[in-house]
Amino acid sequence: MITLDELWARMFNFENYGELLALVQNSLIAGAILGIVGGLIGVFVMQRDMAFAVHGISELSFAGAAAALLFGVNVVAGSLAGALVAAILIGVLGSRARDRNSIIGVLMPFGLGLGILFLALYPGRSGNKFGLLTGQIISVDDPQLAWLTGISIVVLAGLLCMWRPLSFDSLDADVAAARGVPTRFVSLAFMVLLGLIVAVSVQIIGALLVMALLVTPAAAALRLSASPLWVPVLAMLFGLVSAVGGILLALGGSLPISPYITTISFVIYLGARVIGLRTKPRAGLR
Amino acid sequence: MTARADGTHRHPTEPVLSLAGAALGFGDRVLWNDLTIDVCAGEFLAVLGPNGSGKTSLLKTILGQQQLDSGTARFDGHAVRRGDRRIGYIPQQKLIPGGTPMRARDLIALGVNGHRFGLPVSRASEKRKVDDLLESVGATAYADEPVGNLSGGEQQRLRVGQALAGDPRLLLCDEPLLSLDLQHQRGVSELIDRRRREHGTPVVFVTHDVNPVLGMVDRILYLAGGQFREGTPDEVLRSEVLTELYGTPVDVIRTGGRVVVVGIPDSETHHHSHGEVGL
Repeated sequence: MITLDELWARMFNFENYGELLALVQNSLIAGAILGIVGGLIGVFVMQRDMAFAVHGISELSFAGAAAALLFGVNVVAGSLAGALVAAILIGVLGSRARDRNSIIGVLMPFGLGLGILFLALYPGRSGNKFGLLTGQIISVDDPQLAWLTGISIVVLAGLLCMWRPLSFDSLDADVAAARGVPTRFVSLAFMVLLGLIVAVSVQIIGALLVMALLVTPAAAALRLSASPLWVPVLAMLFGLVSAVGGILLALGGSLPISPYITTISFVIYLGARVIGLRTKPRAGLR
Repeated sequence: MTARADGTHRHPTEPVLSLAGAALGFGDRVLWNDLTIDVCAGEFLAVLGPNGSGKTSLLKTILGQQQLDSGTARFDGHAVRRGDRRIGYIPQQKLIPGGTPMRARDLIALGVNGHRFGLPVSRASEKRKVDDLLESVGATAYADEPVGNLSGGEQQRLRVGQALAGDPRLLLCDEPLLSLDLQHQRGVSELIDRRRREHGTPVVFVTHDVNPVLGMVDRILYLAGGQFREGTPDEVLRSEVLTELYGTPVDVIRTGGRVVVVGIPDSETHHHSHGEVGL
């Protein structure tokens, strides 16, 4: 039996906070950038109706990372490989929504199953095992954190560069193609960017919870505005607050960071729904 | 012959769009065969026919998204190609869902610079162009409304504006009036017709109901059962012509300025429960 006081102490503990903070400075930076880029890409994930794809990619990313762990190679590289294979497969085979969902439905359990197999074979610490599913940013070393940050920045740059053609393709692919948008290239490039950011998220909040940063912030933003400027800005802000807030709250306790991130992100969404109840989203802010 | 700025020579009466011996089918089914038709500047061609007769495939061919089985399709003197920005395309009325983070002016802006990669910052000249287009399709009043909050008719006006953004040499319309009320049907078709009259931009207008545009149509291409008939509305919309085309007795009734076709086989008119097309 755990008493309430003990529970509280395990969840929130702010002793020696300053020292701890200095230790996780790089994790904070990586989390902040992931929050921002995740919120931004989420706007397109929502418009392209791809929340399920995010989940599918993350399970294959998990399988890749678990394989890397088992064979003693770079876990970030394994995670990236799995995510990119899944993203490209879904992009190439699933151009129509119905095809896409069935392909994801087939890939996802296969990926998760492979991942569980690799983890079961892995003789190392069990903390590493669950980290891939539920988040492990605190245990990611600095060179890897640098990689995660770099990849997030690449995704951010890619999204900004193809913002207009991607918006056009997301709204109406037929007309975009008629107007000279290379729609196949744009869709596939988007899947690659999505694969990259999912791989980063798997490292930070875990394969099972990726949607808390890639879907929820954008969904909350869309409840509050229909402005092409404010929706991305709010989504980035919500992603940033969830990721950084989660890391900061988790710091002193002995629990993984992901429940903190998912809870903040969920509470923001609830708040946005309540505020958004009153009227239809407008082009400005309310 | 007139010399043009781009160095090519073309005769003023040369057709803007020209299909010659065009054939397209899927598997055993022939959509159309040996289709030869020219569309010249200022012409309004309505493409009619039951569902599955290849009306949309014809537009896809002109857009370069569908390869012909045989024959040629030429636009402005050259073989059609994918993504030709001199063709304006107005798609089937498909309601944009609420919550789409885009205002009316953003939808039109996509027609101006939506194909361009790079940071999403519009130039001043592009913003002015968007304002002009909003005004020309009568959408200034709701320019800053989210598109998802607009009615189907308002959205369709914006799509016309988007198609006009590239100053098109040809307008392709795929059932642009579908599920609009009468008032919006008139408003949207008048916008399209005005472009044709003021700029001589020819229009290829796919529809299952010719009545809203009957007063604008110069020629009709009627597709059915792998065959086609082409001519003026008076030549094509006749009982004997359509009876021959469908291979079954079909009546064309003209009443109160409207044309109604009765007796079209049910199998080909999925969206009309009584085998009747409001032609």
